[in-house]
Amino acid sequence: MFYGVALQSRLMLGTAQYPSPAVLRAAIAASGTQVITVSLRREGPEGARFREIVAGSGCRILPNTAGCHSAREAVTTARMARELFGTNWIKLEVIGHADTLQPDPFALVEAARILCAEGFEVFPYTTEDLVLGERLVEAGCRVLMPWGAPIGSGQGLRNVEGLRAMRAHFPDVPLVIDAGIGTPSDAARAMEMGFDAVLLNTAVARAGNPVAMARAFARAVEAGRLGFEAGLMPRRDMARPSTPVFGMAELG
Amino acid sequence: MRIILNGHPTETGARDLAALLEERGDESDCVATALNGEFVPRAARAGTPLTPGDRVEVLRPMQGG
Repeated sequence: MFYGVALQSRLMLGTAQYPSPAVLRAAIAASGTQVITVSLRREGPEGARFREIVAGSGCRILPNTAGCHSAREAVTTARMARELFGTNWIKLEVIGHADTLQPDPFALVEAARILCAEGFEVFPYTTEDLVLGERLVEAGCRVLMPWGAPIGSGQGLRNVEGLRAMRAHFPDVPLVIDAGIGTPSDAARAMEMGFDAVLLNTAVARAGNPVAMARAFARAVEAGRLGFEAGLMPRRDMARPSTPVFGMAELG
Repeated sequence: MRIILNGHPTETGARDLAALLEERGDESDCVATALNGEFVPRAARAGTPLTPGDRVEVLRPMQGG
């Protein structure tokens, strides 16, 4: 549940960088997603067409504060987004570094506190840092979105053990892996680890065939979740025969 | 007067934010506005006077990740 909303699909999809509006529309449909992210910008090319696609997608909108480098900018952007999209949901990004796009944890908590107090339902783009996660929860966040790897890098889950620790530390907080997913197997692995959803964009938008890749991610996320729910076998250091030894013939 | 609209120096005869949108032909419901870095809600635009040098942002839904 994400702020009281149950989703059938655990894949959230970004809407940027697609080769054409038609491909974006088809990719959204093929992914089966119910949540798409959007931004607020000055009028750009294909703006009107984009808004039609968003409206026609039937998806819930998760506006972002991408590109904001201070709490003040992010808070203003969130307020503008709430009015324009008519939703309290906000994907809160406060970027610390222009090159790594790593979140600024201090400004992130500051912005989250202001927005939660104003009734926003904040999805903070964060790291796997446990203390930071706790501060965000104290600020009022009821979802956390740790990065897998830097935005747009496609490196997958760069700190698997750190993410595993985060999952264990916040058993009751919905956790979404946001950013850095490169392949369907990255997404499947995140889901097998018990994360509640994944949010990705570039891996689909920049694929050779974005629509086919959207379908691949849909299945990977579903398979990973089914695997998690089924309970993974314990990992062993040594081999153990899967075929019974009992009853084996003596042929040597 | 001259204001900075979406980063560009712009001449306008509008005296308030609502009049500026009308002058530009923006549909009021399709944009969100900020003045000098602060959000201005739709209902407050007509009561928000412009002064020379103001930085106005008029934003729309766009692609995002």
